[in-house]
Amino acid sequence: MKKYTYTESKDTRSGFGAGLLEAGRKNPNVVALCADLIGSLKMEAFIKEFPERFTQVGIAEANMMGIAAGMTIGGSIPFTGTFANFSTGRVYDQIRQSIAYSNKNVKICASHAGLTLGEDGATHQILEDIGLMKMLPGMTVINPCDYNQTKAATEAIAEYEGPVYLRFGRPVVPIFTAPDQKFEIGKAWMVNEGADVSIFATGHLVWEAIQAGEQLAEMGIDAEIINIHTIKPLDEEAVLKSVAKTRCVVSAEEHNRLGGLGDSIAQLLITHDPVPMRYVAVNDSFGESGKPAELMKKYGLDAAHIVKAAQKVLQLKKQRAGTAAFV
Amino acid sequence: MANVQELEKIASQVRRDIVRMVHAVQSGHPGGSLGCTDFLTALYFKVMEHDPKFNMDGTNEDIFFLSNGHISPVFYSVLARSGYFDVKELATFRKLNSRLQGHPTTHEHLPGVRVASGSLGQGMSVAIGAALAKKINGDSHLVYSLHGDGELDEGQNWEAIMFAGSKRVDNLIATVDYNGQQIDGPTEKVMSLGNLHAKFEAFGWIVLDVEGNNMADLLRGLDEAKALTGNGKPVCLLMKTSMGKGVDFMEGSHEWHGIAPNDEQLAKALAQLPETLGDY
Repeated sequence: MKKYTYTESKDTRSGFGAGLLEAGRKNPNVVALCADLIGSLKMEAFIKEFPERFTQVGIAEANMMGIAAGMTIGGSIPFTGTFANFSTGRVYDQIRQSIAYSNKNVKICASHAGLTLGEDGATHQILEDIGLMKMLPGMTVINPCDYNQTKAATEAIAEYEGPVYLRFGRPVVPIFTAPDQKFEIGKAWMVNEGADVSIFATGHLVWEAIQAGEQLAEMGIDAEIINIHTIKPLDEEAVLKSVAKTRCVVSAEEHNRLGGLGDSIAQLLITHDPVPMRYVAVNDSFGESGKPAELMKKYGLDAAHIVKAAQKVLQLKKQRAGTAAFV
Repeated sequence: MANVQELEKIASQVRRDIVRMVHAVQSGHPGGSLGCTDFLTALYFKVMEHDPKFNMDGTNEDIFFLSNGHISPVFYSVLARSGYFDVKELATFRKLNSRLQGHPTTHEHLPGVRVASGSLGQGMSVAIGAALAKKINGDSHLVYSLHGDGELDEGQNWEAIMFAGSKRVDNLIATVDYNGQQIDGPTEKVMSLGNLHAKFEAFGWIVLDVEGNNMADLLRGLDEAKALTGNGKPVCLLMKTSMGKGVDFMEGSHEWHGIAPNDEQLAKALAQLPETLGDY
């Protein structure tokens, strides 16, 4: 198992704020909109440097999505900022018609995704956003794993033409990727090469997957860990190549089991290469108030659950191999 | 530049196109289309500076957004008649593999359409965005938009109306098709609009009233609206129209919101609408 260490932890939303500022410096067409959550989205630095390129929309997310769509007409590249729940579920039809179906170059940037926004509870803890957004034709869906990757992803989507959903979060998580990384949309990142089981993780569950990988290594299990930061378009080649070697799979995400990364991988595998698979995801429920780590544990999203899922698919793989021997 | 008489002639042909298109596929929305024919004719043949060669960004030209996308027949006819695409293509309206979808879309790359509309209440936000982009680009041209009065039931409009007033989006002229009708009946019965004039004013807009089926009054109203832009306030044109205008048995009733005439009704309608530019 490759060793990953970190000296600093930060929230991914701060990576977005830093990336937005860089994107703004590189490209004069980058503009930003916010629905009364400047501080939460870490947009202050951009606004300070480019006040004329920022629009405060107030608590009116539907209007914000429409205005963003309109601003692309004339060449602006709008980045909208609000919580993930208000970036997707609340404004689904606005995104569907005015942005996705109209193919507008809008970057929908969503903080506070998932359970780990913590104490605010289920009204704000959207666990359905990846599914909602990936079902829209032409929509790119990105969920980076740490501060550095979120910053790099934010800069990368400014250079990409087309609608994008960028998902990040509130909790402070270890920074373990390189600060100068090149972010390639749709290209999975090999975290650790292994032979026994493929773990496909997205968002800050990549760190949990690394912790799980270390525990599995102590048990003599060689886990391959792949960071699927781009859920759509899925890097099918990377998934199939890994599965061809390991023959069993675990997916890990902070999202409902229904409609997330796991479903995308399962759909690919059922078509091309069916192998035993388990999901580490929220089991079709709403969240609740609590501390992020408590919630991760209660809803089955931490490293311990990834280890358990890996053991299960390894057992199934073994059984399968046994059955094959009798045939 | 076309005068009132010439514009009325064009409008007659546009109305013929509308009833023929809707009749041909036995679906579509003739009522609102006929009511807004004079307005769209005035915009595209007189009021707006625009380029039928069409580029999506619409820089250095006036641009228009149709929010109430169901009146696509009038939009398509006016776009074709003003040179955005061949009028023959009007025959493909609502048919398989057509660029003229039931509701307008950019998805099939039809020249003249800059955003999809049909799910109501979204167009004003988009028009505001385009108006902001024009300001950023230093482009002094205007953004026009059209909305149904029934469409104002949708809450997103009021977010947009509040925004435009608050942020002084003064390069926008939003027109409301004030025909007093919606699918389930008169607006007064379905969801009263109250004092629409006062509502827009309270949100910081300049509001003008205009007779939308009187070409001379329309031109007066649009000229006045144009003159009032650039003064720190968005401009709203409350445009009184009759749904189904120009076809006597359709006029003034919500019954013709979304149904097509049969063969006999088509003949009766066309007899009232002189063919001025040649049918497609």
